[in-house]
Amino acid sequence: MATTRDWLLDDSPSSRLQARLGRSYRLSRALARNPLAMVGAIIVLTLILVALFAPWIATHSPIGQDLANRLKPPSAENWMGTDELGRDIWSRVVYGARITLMIVALVAVLAAPVGLVIGAVAGYFGGWTDRILMGITDIFLSMPKLILALAFVAALGPGIQNAIIAIAIATWPGYARIARAETLTIRNSEFVAAVELQGASSLRVIVNHILPLCTSSMIIRVTLDMAGIILTAAGLGFIGLGAQPPLPEWGAMISRGRSFILDQWWVATMPGFAIVIVSLGFCFLGDGLRDVLDPKHGDRQ
Amino acid sequence: MASEIDSAAQALPTGPGGSSRNARHAWKTLKSVLGVLVAVAFTFLGLLAITFFIGRVVPIDPVLAVVGDRAPRAVYEAARIEMGLDKPLIVQFFHYVGNVLTGDLGISVSTGKPVAEDLARVFPATLEMATLGIIIGVLLGVPMGVYAASRQGSLVDQVIRVVGLLGYSVPAFWLGLVGLALFYAKLQWVGGPGRLDIFYDGMVDPVTGLILIDSLIAGETDIFFNALSHIALPAAVLGFFSLAYIARMTRSFMLDQLAQEYVTTARVKGVSERLVLWRHAFRPILVPLITVIGLSYAGLLEGSVMIETVFSWPGIGNYLTTALLNADMNAVLGSTLVIGAVFIGINKISDVLYRVLDPRAR
Repeated sequence: MATTRDWLLDDSPSSRLQARLGRSYRLSRALARNPLAMVGAIIVLTLILVALFAPWIATHSPIGQDLANRLKPPSAENWMGTDELGRDIWSRVVYGARITLMIVALVAVLAAPVGLVIGAVAGYFGGWTDRILMGITDIFLSMPKLILALAFVAALGPGIQNAIIAIAIATWPGYARIARAETLTIRNSEFVAAVELQGASSLRVIVNHILPLCTSSMIIRVTLDMAGIILTAAGLGFIGLGAQPPLPEWGAMISRGRSFILDQWWVATMPGFAIVIVSLGFCFLGDGLRDVLDPKHGDRQ
Repeated sequence: MASEIDSAAQALPTGPGGSSRNARHAWKTLKSVLGVLVAVAFTFLGLLAITFFIGRVVPIDPVLAVVGDRAPRAVYEAARIEMGLDKPLIVQFFHYVGNVLTGDLGISVSTGKPVAEDLARVFPATLEMATLGIIIGVLLGVPMGVYAASRQGSLVDQVIRVVGLLGYSVPAFWLGLVGLALFYAKLQWVGGPGRLDIFYDGMVDPVTGLILIDSLIAGETDIFFNALSHIALPAAVLGFFSLAYIARMTRSFMLDQLAQEYVTTARVKGVSERLVLWRHAFRPILVPLITVIGLSYAGLLEGSVMIETVFSWPGIGNYLTTALLNADMNAVLGSTLVIGAVFIGINKISDVLYRVLDPRAR
C-alpha cells in the first residue's frame, strides 16, 4: 500500500496519468479531513445508490394502489405510511430519488456547458462580444430565478421535460459570469500568449487551454447550485407545473399531501425530509469542495 | 453592467468646474447616478424583452383566444390586424413596451379585469408579509451572525452555520405546511390560512391595503390582533429564510473585520469585548449589510410565491400561481413583470445606497 501512496504523492510524476491521479488523491484526502464535506459526500452517494437500486430498496411498488390501506400512519409494514391511494410512501420516496437525480443531472448538463462557453467567449474576445453577451447574461441574472422558471414553464407547458428546460434557462447566467471572470484572469497569462504566438486559433485556445482551467470553479458552483435546483424543481412540482402524476416526484407528493396535512401529516412531511436531506448534502459537499479546490474564497473554519 | 458604466465614468477626466472639490464630487456623483439610471433602463428593457418573448413562445394563439375557434377567416384576419400581430416583431415589441409604460398589461382571462388593477389590489398583501418577514430576519439574523463570529468554531457557531445552510435546503412551501400542521392544527397558537378570520373580512376600509396598519387607523384592535395571528406564521417562515441568509453574511463580514489589526489594537488597549464587537467591528459592516438586507428583501418576494400558495394568502404570488394553472397569460406576464421590476428596483436601490454610504465605493 505504501508504495502506491508514494507513487501517487511523487513530486515529479513521470506521466500525465500519474500527475492526475496524484492530484485526485490529494484532493480526496483534503476533502476527507472536512467532516461536513464527508457527510455531504455520503448523502450524495446514497442518493445515487438509492436511485440506481430503487427496485431492490423499495418495499412496495411506487404506483401500486391499495385502497383498503389508504392514509395509514407509519408502521412496520409501511415505513413512512401510505398516501390517499394506499401507495407506500417509502417506496415512492425511493423512486423519487431517480427523478430528482435526473433533474439535477440534466439541468447541470444543459446549463453548465452553455454558461461556460458563453462566459469564456465573452471573456476571451472582450469588446463588443463581451458587452453584448454579458448584457444578456445580466438581464437574466437580474430576474428572480423561480419567477423566470415559472414564466418559461407557463409558456412551454407543464411537464418534467419543460421544467428541466425552464430551470436550465434560469440557471446558466450564473455560470457564464463565473466562466468570464476566470477567463479574464487566464487570458493575459504567459502560457496563453505562448500558444497564441505558436499560431493556435481562438477556438483551440478556448477549448484546450481556457475551459479546462474554468472547470474547478464550475464544479464548485454547480454543486452549490444543486440545492437551489432541487428546491425549484420541487416547487414547480408542488404548484403542479413540474412532474405530473403518477410520477413519484417529491414536490408533487407534498402537493398531494397538502389536503391531509392537518390529520395525516406524514403524507406531506416525509417527501419533504428527503428534499431537505439531499439539498443539505449538496450544500455541505459544495462548501467542502470550495474549501479544498478554491482556498482563497473558502470560509475560514 | 452598472459597475462597468460607472468605472468608465470614473476613468474620464473630471468634468467642468473641477476647480473646487465639491463641484467635482457633485459631478462625479451625478455621472454615477446617470450611469445607474441608464443601466436600470436597459435592464428593464431586457425584462420586457423576456416577457415579450415568453408571450410569443406560448402555444396559445392570442387571436383565437379573443375570437374563438369558430370565427370565420375574415373575422380572424381583422382581429389579427387590429391586435397588431401582422406587423414585424420589432414593431410589436415597441407597441408592447408602450402599453406597459402606460400601465396597460391586458385583461386577465380569469378575473375579467385589467391585470394592472388586479396587481394593485393584491400587491399590498405580499408587501405586508414580506416586510414583516424581513423585520424578523434582520432582528434575529444580525445578532446571530455577530454572536457566531465572536465565538468562532464553538458549538453555537456550528449550529448557526447549519441553520444558515438549512435556509438553502428547506423548501419554503414544505416548511409552511409543517408550520400549519404544528402551530395551527396541533397547538392552535396562530390563525389559519388567509389574512383574517372570515367574519372579519371586509370590515376595515382599505387605506394603505396593509391590514395591520388599516385596522390600527380604524382603531379596531380586535381585527389587528386577528390579522397578526394570521400573518405571524407565513411571516415567520419567510423570516427564517432571510434570517438564514443574513446571519450567514453577517458572520462572514464580522470574521473579516475581527481579523483586522485595528481590532487587535482595540483589544490590546483593553476595550471591552462588547464594545470591540458592536462599535469597532460592527460599524464598518453596516454598509455591506444594507446591500445584503436589500437582496434578502427582494428574495422574499420570490419566496412569497410559494408561501402564499400554502397559506391561501391573497397576494401577488397566489395571483401568479392561479394564473399559471389557468393558462391566463396576461396575468402571468404581468405578475412576472411586476415581481421582476420590484426585484431589480430593490437591487439597484441597495446598490446606489452602498455607493452613497461607503466612501471607498464612490
